[in-house]
Amino acid sequence: MHSLRLEMKGRRVVAGQGVGEAIISKRAVSFFGGVDPTTGIVVEVGHELEGHSIQGKVFIFPRGKGSTVGSYVIYGLRKHGAAPAAIVNIETEPIIIGGCVLARIPLVDRLDSNPVEAIRTGDWVEVEGNSGIVRVTKR
Amino acid sequence: MFLTKKEERILEGDEGETKALAMRLLVAIGDAYDARRMIKVRSAQISGVSYKTIGEPGLEFLREFSSEGAVATVKAMLNPAGMDLARWRELGVPVEFAQKQLEIMQYFSRMKIETTCTCIPYQANGEALNREHVAWAESSAVIFANSVLGAYTNREGGPTALASSILGLSPLFGMHLDEERVPTHRVKVKCKLESDLDYSLLGYWIGETVGSHLPRIDGIHKAPSRDQLKALGASMAASGSVPMFSMRRKADRGREHETIAVDKEELLQVSRRLSSEHGFETVCLGCPHLSLGELKRVANLVSGRKTAKRLWCFTSRYLRNIAERRGYASAIEQAGGRVICDTCMVVSPIREMGVSGLVTNSCKAAHYLRSLNRMESRLMSLEECVRHALS
Repeated sequence: MHSLRLEMKGRRVVAGQGVGEAIISKRAVSFFGGVDPTTGIVVEVGHELEGHSIQGKVFIFPRGKGSTVGSYVIYGLRKHGAAPAAIVNIETEPIIIGGCVLARIPLVDRLDSNPVEAIRTGDWVEVEGNSGIVRVTKR
Repeated sequence: MFLTKKEERILEGDEGETKALAMRLLVAIGDAYDARRMIKVRSAQISGVSYKTIGEPGLEFLREFSSEGAVATVKAMLNPAGMDLARWRELGVPVEFAQKQLEIMQYFSRMKIETTCTCIPYQANGEALNREHVAWAESSAVIFANSVLGAYTNREGGPTALASSILGLSPLFGMHLDEERVPTHRVKVKCKLESDLDYSLLGYWIGETVGSHLPRIDGIHKAPSRDQLKALGASMAASGSVPMFSMRRKADRGREHETIAVDKEELLQVSRRLSSEHGFETVCLGCPHLSLGELKRVANLVSGRKTAKRLWCFTSRYLRNIAERRGYASAIEQAGGRVICDTCMVVSPIREMGVSGLVTNSCKAAHYLRSLNRMESRLMSLEECVRHALS
C-alpha cells in the first residue's frame, strides 16, 4: 500500500531545510513559560502537548503568543540541542520569527491549506524553507 | 524588502557575524510585514533585561551576542532590570539572582548600551521627539511615544530592539507609516475621571475591548496630565496590544468604523475583576516608573510621618538623583518608605523579597503580577495607597 503524500505551498519566512515527524498544537504557543529550553518538553500546564518533546520534530501550530522573551527560549533550545527541525505556522509573528532567525530554524507560514488540520502528529514532514514548500507523508 | 548596498553587505557578513545576525532578524521581520525598506532610528529601548524574565536562555544569548564586539550605534537604553543595582542586598534580593543580573548588565555595558533601566525613558534623558523614528520595546513607552510625544515606533521585542540598537535601523512598516496611524474605534467616555487610578482602569477596559486596534478617546473634557496619560496608555498596552491612541476631537479621515461607550459601571467591573479585597502589608507605586511629580506627591503625603506598612516607590536612577536633590527621596525614606531604582514590582523576584500580595495604583502591575507571579493585588489611587501605607 502506498503512503499518501501531500504537497503544500507557503511563504518562506526563515530559510533552511528541516525534516522530521510532525507535532501539532491546535492552540497558539508561548515559548516563554511554555517550553523548557533545555529539553524541548512542553511544560505549559493544561496544554494539549504538556509533557511531549518538540526536539528534532517539525512543530506546527497556529501562531506565537506571549512575551518576546520567547525568542530567547527558541535560541536556548538550539544551544541545548533540543530545537525543532522546522516550524510551520498558520500566520507567524515576530516572537517566532526572531527565535527562528537566532536559532537558524526554517520557518514557513501562510500555506495554501491549513497545516494544523491537514497534518497530523506523527506524519513525516519535509520543510523547504527557501521555497516555502512543505511535503507531508501521511502515516 | 529593498536594501541599500551597505545593508546588503552587512547582511552578507562584511561587518561581522553579529551585525549580520541583527540584519537577518530585521529583514525577516520586514519581509513578513511587507516593509518597503529600512528606516533610520534615533534611539532603541531594549526589553528583556531582568534575569527573572529572560532566565538562562536570555543570559546565554546576550553573552554570545555581546562577545564579538558589536556595539550600539544609536542611543540605546534598557527596560527595568530585576533589582536595584546598588541597593539589592538591603532589599533582600537573593545573592544568586543578583550575580546573574549583574552578569547581564555587563553584557549590555559591553555593547555600549546605557544601563539606565527604566520603562519611562522619555523622562530619563531619552526623550523621543515629534516625528522622530525610534525602536522601543517597552509597551507603555511605545504607546506614550506614538500617542503623546508624536514619535514613530512599532511595539518592538527584546531581540528586535537590540538588533536596531546595533544597526540604527528598523523595518519601515506599521506605526512608522502615517497611513497606519489612523484611529479605527471611537471610545466615548461618559463618566468623569477623578484619580490616576480611573485613567488606569479606563485604559485597561479600552485595551480589552479594542485589542490591537487604534482607539480615539472622546469625552474627556479636561486635558489629562502626562502622569494620567502614562497610566492610561500603560494599562491599554497591557490588557490589549494597542500601539497608539488619539485624543483628537475630530475623527481622522473617516476610518472609524465603530463607536463604543464606557461609563463608571465598566470601570467598576474592571476594578472588581483585577483588585483583591485584601489589605496587604506592602504598597508598591511605580508601574510605570514614578515621574518626578509623582515622587513629589508621595513625599508631600508622607513628610514628617511614619509608614506602618512597607512602601516601595519605583523609579529610574536618573529621576531618583533629581528627587534626592529636591528632598523628595529623603522625605520618603525618612518616613520609612523606599525609593527603589532600576527595577519594579513586576520584574523583580518579589516573592523571594518577602512579598505575598500588594497594594498598587496600576492595572498593568495587577495584570502582570497575577499572570507572571500568581500574586494578587489591591487597586487604590496613589493618595489612597500612601494613606494605606501610613495606617
